[in-house]
Amino acid sequence: MRMTKTGARVPVTRTETLPIRSGDDVVRIRQAVRTRAIEAGLGLVDQTKIVTAASELARNALDYGGGGEVRVDVLQEGMRKGVRLSFSDQGPGIPDIQKALTDHYTTGGGLGLGLGGAKRLSNEFHIESAVGVGTRVTIARWK
Amino acid sequence: MANEGTGALVRVVSEEEGTILTEWLGLLKSGGALQTGRIREAELQTQAKTVLGQLRDALASGGSNADLEAYATLRDTLGEISRSRAIQGFTPTDTANFVLSLKEPIFSSLSRSHANDAKTLAAAILSTSHLLDQLSLHTMEVFLQSREDVIGRQGQEIAELSTPVVRLWDGILALPLIGTLDSARTGVVMENLLQAIVDEEAEIAIIDITGVPTVDTLVAQHLLKAIAAARLMGADCIISGIRPQIAQTMVHLGVELNVVSKATLADAFALALRRTGRTVVRKQPVSPSAS
Repeated sequence: MRMTKTGARVPVTRTETLPIRSGDDVVRIRQAVRTRAIEAGLGLVDQTKIVTAASELARNALDYGGGGEVRVDVLQEGMRKGVRLSFSDQGPGIPDIQKALTDHYTTGGGLGLGLGGAKRLSNEFHIESAVGVGTRVTIARWK
Repeated sequence: MANEGTGALVRVVSEEEGTILTEWLGLLKSGGALQTGRIREAELQTQAKTVLGQLRDALASGGSNADLEAYATLRDTLGEISRSRAIQGFTPTDTANFVLSLKEPIFSSLSRSHANDAKTLAAAILSTSHLLDQLSLHTMEVFLQSREDVIGRQGQEIAELSTPVVRLWDGILALPLIGTLDSARTGVVMENLLQAIVDEEAEIAIIDITGVPTVDTLVAQHLLKAIAAARLMGADCIISGIRPQIAQTMVHLGVELNVVSKATLADAFALALRRTGRTVVRKQPVSPSAS
């Protein structure tokens, strides 16, 4: 699995930003991501993977970051197409990212699989977080 | 100033009610109020007449502020009209225009009667405009509220409709889940399921997730809780309808349901029958000529 900075210089063919303010927004984000994934030509399995990862990260931003927003980019690099999602919040931040990525570790009441699961469901995964400033998670899934 | 204007408005509306009504109806009709066929001409006429009559009474007994007590009847009437229009499927523009199009006839009556008194005319037009804007905003508020009521009711109906517990056989229940599983809906699902287990003395409950588009860790957690609760009530759960892409995603997520699962509801039902000591057999061989 490639661990680059999620293709920062890849040409973006389409971009949109959606708010994460409520549980309904999580549903809307799932639908928007599915639409974009179909547009990028992702197969059914890849669609489901990126949609599920989006659901996990959006709910993390909502539950732990107090809400935020997501940028959805459709990417095209030569013949290769993909979808990149960037979730950001201005919440308390994550003090220990390695620990947060550990399976079954949770500070809330969840299963503790969301962040690590989202990483496994994506081709590219990048997380940056500062305590007291906020968290940004960027993932990408390629065709 | 304002009182002068209000006085002129009161006089004009009471003296020229007939003219204003005719012009207003003309405007409503030319604005396409009847074109959609959602309302009949007689009904529109009655509504306009009632509203104008009540406006006249309210103006006569109080000032030109729509928040006053004197306008309570008119506000109720407009609210009623607005509600019925929301249900009949009128657009917001149509609904707001019903009141706003009253401006023009009143303005022209005012300018006819106060042609030589520009000061009073300006004041009267200002207070008319202010009053009708207030009334129109009230109409819109009621309109939106009615729409929201409709949406809220549909949401509840969907939540109830989409969580049925079905009895497949003695002691075997099926719970077909459809749509997004949020915490509120899972509460309803779990309650229905546990109650049905008691009522039907069920041994096996099949939870079918064919209709759940996304299974993330939250949905998985809700399912695990439902399964654990059912187990405490003495019923075993079988999960069915996990599609291939969902299965792959769940493996990557690291979610384990620790429960028997089958690809289809039919397979799960067959297993449930076997477990309760039953079997399905064909009574007669299928003959080629059977029709």
